[in-house]
Amino acid sequence: MATTFNSSRSAAQRIHLALIGCNHRTAPVALRERVAFTSDQALAAADQLRNRGILEEAVVLSTCNRSEVYGVSTGAEALDGMEKFLLSFHGLSPADLNGSLYRSTGTDAVRHLFRVAAGLDSMLLGEAEILGQLRNAYTRALEHGATGPVLNKAFQCALEVGKRVRAETEVGARPMSVALAGVRLAEQVFGDLRGHTAVVLGAGAVAEQVIEHLRNRGIGSLRVANRSVDHAQELARRFGGEALAWDSLERTLSQPDILVTSVSSSAPVLGRDSLERAIAARHGRPMFVVDLGVPRNVAPEAAGLYNLYLYNVDDLGDIVEQNRRAREAEIPRAESIVDMQIRKFEAWRIALESSSIADDLRERFELQREALLREKLSGMPGVSSAERERIAAITQELIDRVLDDPTRRLRHGGGMRGRLGAVEALRHLFGLDEAGPTRKDRKN
Amino acid sequence: MGDQLAYLTVALYAASFVCYARVLYSSQAPQQARFGWLATLLLAGGIVSQYFALLQRSNWTHSIPYDDLYGSMSLFAWLLAVTYLGLELFHRQRGVGAFVTLLLTGWTAALRMIVPGAAPSPPPAQGPLFAFHVTLNTWAYAAFALSFVLSMIYLAQNWVLRARKLNVTFWRFPALDVLDRMARSSVYVGVGLLVLASGAGMGLVWRHRLSGSYSWADPKVIITFAILAVYVAYLWLSRSPAWRGARAATLCASNFLIVLFSYTFVNLYLTRFHRFI
Repeated sequence: MATTFNSSRSAAQRIHLALIGCNHRTAPVALRERVAFTSDQALAAADQLRNRGILEEAVVLSTCNRSEVYGVSTGAEALDGMEKFLLSFHGLSPADLNGSLYRSTGTDAVRHLFRVAAGLDSMLLGEAEILGQLRNAYTRALEHGATGPVLNKAFQCALEVGKRVRAETEVGARPMSVALAGVRLAEQVFGDLRGHTAVVLGAGAVAEQVIEHLRNRGIGSLRVANRSVDHAQELARRFGGEALAWDSLERTLSQPDILVTSVSSSAPVLGRDSLERAIAARHGRPMFVVDLGVPRNVAPEAAGLYNLYLYNVDDLGDIVEQNRRAREAEIPRAESIVDMQIRKFEAWRIALESSSIADDLRERFELQREALLREKLSGMPGVSSAERERIAAITQELIDRVLDDPTRRLRHGGGMRGRLGAVEALRHLFGLDEAGPTRKDRKN
Repeated sequence: MGDQLAYLTVALYAASFVCYARVLYSSQAPQQARFGWLATLLLAGGIVSQYFALLQRSNWTHSIPYDDLYGSMSLFAWLLAVTYLGLELFHRQRGVGAFVTLLLTGWTAALRMIVPGAAPSPPPAQGPLFAFHVTLNTWAYAAFALSFVLSMIYLAQNWVLRARKLNVTFWRFPALDVLDRMARSSVYVGVGLLVLASGAGMGLVWRHRLSGSYSWADPKVIITFAILAVYVAYLWLSRSPAWRGARAATLCASNFLIVLFSYTFVNLYLTRFHRFI
């Protein structure tokens, strides 16, 4: 796709929307971390790309799963320049990339951007975080002055795509991690978690995920127990909880409404008897137990206890898999929103291009008229200045009349395809892509 | 005019059901809130519409419309809707609205098939106390019907959770704790002295005025006290450790069988003074 507009250049020059980058699908983490940008680096890179004349507008998007440069250039060779820049910026050789970069221009680049915003290109289908990251990258570039009309429009459309996909489809609706699935299940038992207590056994990465989700969902009270007290205290301190001594576990087992276990142990840490006593001490109040340990930390027979809901890592894995399939079923609806927004962006682009091509055509005619008048009237010394002005006015009116209808049709009629065809035909017939003298040039 | 109001009531309940179903279907909070409010407004509209339909019928029969099957069922549906709306606003929970409004829609639509052509003959005794007595008892039955629906949903959700047979719709329903509290609230409404005990008491007073004696031997009185006993037992047990949760929900659902028995078989075949359907 070629896009035209630019206030500082001849309007006939085309500007290309271009994308270069790599993501979790094309590059391993070892490479992704080498091409990642910090926030400041992203702005510096955008500056350098513009200062070196590779791009006129630039936005760098860098997350843990992708590093992408979106830009607008006046030449089709911009992609090569962007790739060379990326290599030099990160001190890499072409062999380091090993074909991990993807490059696209025009509608393909726009589609990629919109799919990223929709979460359709994410490792975790439909995840919401990317939309915030995209918004941050764009806002910073905008405030830094690195964007222009094209990227502004493209990113605004992308943010709209992201919002619509999440509002109108269920592509991001259901939990996709075992940690979140466990917490959401607890909510299905207790409702609002604010008045409830959770105890987490273990202080590893999975336990930390669960704690983070519990905190995000407003758990009332949080306690962490671990064989290593230091780890438990560290985790409890970070999330505003309380560390429990491992030895006191049996005594405190009756307190939590939600019990999460994620401990490395070859035998179950909690047997049916312990939990039965805990339930009895709770006066039969329900208890939700999430066993994330492998091997299991909770004796499976405990699942039969009245008012005890026990889910192990396989149960939660099944839920995540089910949710993944449900999210995938929503992809066609999300893609149709992406298509709709692409059509909207294209309509904007063509309207802009039609407008600028009409101005360009008129300027070309004006230059021809002025040249013709100079050429012909220079050999007619008998023509008075009043007559010269009269001839100039007549030729001016002729141009106005000839261009009036086509200009109107180009700007307002014929539908998107028809206008795009007309723009291309005019470019070809009048050679508008070729650099020619401009009114400004003549004045100089 | 009466027909028009009846059709309007069915239409409003049906529209409310569609919106409640949309609340269940949608996973997006803004959509849920929008459709939720619309559903509640439509339900309230249906209640108002049905109230005026009942009022018209009252004017026609010169009595609260409980003297025939049509009037009695219509009053029951209206009180069910009122009770549910109250619970919804109290618990701020719309997750079960689709079930209740589906029941209301079906109920009020079915009523159109039994609408009588002529006014029923007036009951042997009239008066505000009598009307209050019947209305309060009907209201109690409606509240028990609602607790039955809530308990059944609780049991279904609990089964799904324990059997780990979670599907897409599982996530749409209210939490077990919310269902439990709503069912209990509904039973409180039904059991509350203000409703059933007062209603029954006033019935006895009316019986005394009519015949000069209290009739404890009327099967309807006996079954009413039995209902009161089983629901009080439910309320007591549902707070005890051994019964909290699924067992209490099962008991609540089972209790409703007695209500059905009272409302149908006892009314039709066993009592002389309580044939209000």
